[in-house]
Amino acid sequence: MHNPESLHPPGALSRRGALECMTWAGTGLLWSLGGGLPRALALPRALAAEGSPAPFTFLQISDSHVGFNKPANPDASGTLREAVAQIRQLPEKPAFIIHTGDISHLSKDQEFDDADQILRDTGVPLFFVPGEHDLLDDEQGRSYRDRFGRGTRGAGWYSFDQQGVHFIGLVNVVDLKAGGLGNLGADQLEWLERDVAGLSSSTPVVVFAHIPLWTVYPEWGWGTQDGARVLACLRRFGSVTVLNGHIHQIIQKVEGSVTFHTARSTAFPQPAPGTAPSPGPMKVPAGALRTLLGITRVNVIRGSEPLAIIDTPLAG
Amino acid sequence: MSTPHPLPRRSPRWLAAAVTVPILTLATGQGALASERTGTDPAIIRIDNFTFGPETLTVAPGTTVTWVNGDDIPHTVVAQNKLFRSKTLDTDDRYSFTFETAGEYAYFCSLHPHMTGKVVVTKPTD
Repeated sequence: MHNPESLHPPGALSRRGALECMTWAGTGLLWSLGGGLPRALALPRALAAEGSPAPFTFLQISDSHVGFNKPANPDASGTLREAVAQIRQLPEKPAFIIHTGDISHLSKDQEFDDADQILRDTGVPLFFVPGEHDLLDDEQGRSYRDRFGRGTRGAGWYSFDQQGVHFIGLVNVVDLKAGGLGNLGADQLEWLERDVAGLSSSTPVVVFAHIPLWTVYPEWGWGTQDGARVLACLRRFGSVTVLNGHIHQIIQKVEGSVTFHTARSTAFPQPAPGTAPSPGPMKVPAGALRTLLGITRVNVIRGSEPLAIIDTPLAG
Repeated sequence: MSTPHPLPRRSPRWLAAAVTVPILTLATGQGALASERTGTDPAIIRIDNFTFGPETLTVAPGTTVTWVNGDDIPHTVVAQNKLFRSKTLDTDDRYSFTFETAGEYAYFCSLHPHMTGKVVVTKPTD
């Protein structure tokens, strides 16, 4: 633990504040317990009585592009099925899955149906945010929201809490401006400010959206115009993890208490920034494709920063 | 992202015919800017490698301009002044719009907004 603010949040003398400190400290003890120090049992037990969050794992999956059938991967449904099979074989079942968008390739009903059916086989709850490929129906996203975004706000943003971690799903693929990047818009940003206003700074926060919230490569549109406002809003938190898709490759960055991570696609790889004439699908030898597709596991261990992020390719 | 100004009008007129044939070639290359056309040429804007080519196309009033998507990724063609908006264009899909009135029409891809282009509608000066 290296963030003093999370150890001593404002109002740390309150009972709630003290418990939060104990929660952060508790993980250390949990590890000690694993090291064979039985006396340490007392604190985790006490915390358990207060409903202490246990370590847990969730999973990120992205850019399944169901319906894509071009040379870079003639069978995007097949590789999604392989990813789901891999998830089912995990020794530890994830608590849930976050899909960071581009579920479908062209927002066709059949594509959404197929994706839904394949993803259901994981047997765990799924949370979605849309990619730009999911809002191509005539009503610009109605189909997505009816299927995957029920109960969300605006174009599909929302938040939820799981085991003491605050999760925020944002939409940055709507109302894009000519010459610009991804866009969140004033309504969503105001909602975000209200959403986190009541949270203690020691609450671990996970933010997920389709297009990277930080600027990866503006020449290809890989960034979010007003993404900095999200980060400003979350700066006070001791542990912030930002999960994105869109660019079909792993890029990571750590900035203070914020860890940025983009996931692989389950459909096709895209070139590293600036290494090709365009960000279009990258054709690779058939044997190499599955080494460039994959899923991402995130282990949430309270007090361990940043969250442990493990990317696993479909093969290789 | 800035869009380049259309190149000064190229004359004489016969050059236009010479330029017409290579439009498709020009479209895929870097630096395809303005191109001159005659009233009867098909006005085609190619979408290749996340780029509109030519990035600026100059046509006479009444010309129908057709965009053709050559990418493996869908794109759209959306006027910044909302005058026209294509459906999603998958690979090899086309969209046409007829420009009746002189003016400059900036447009972009609503999925990849860093992709921008311009159609300049102007009466022939001869």
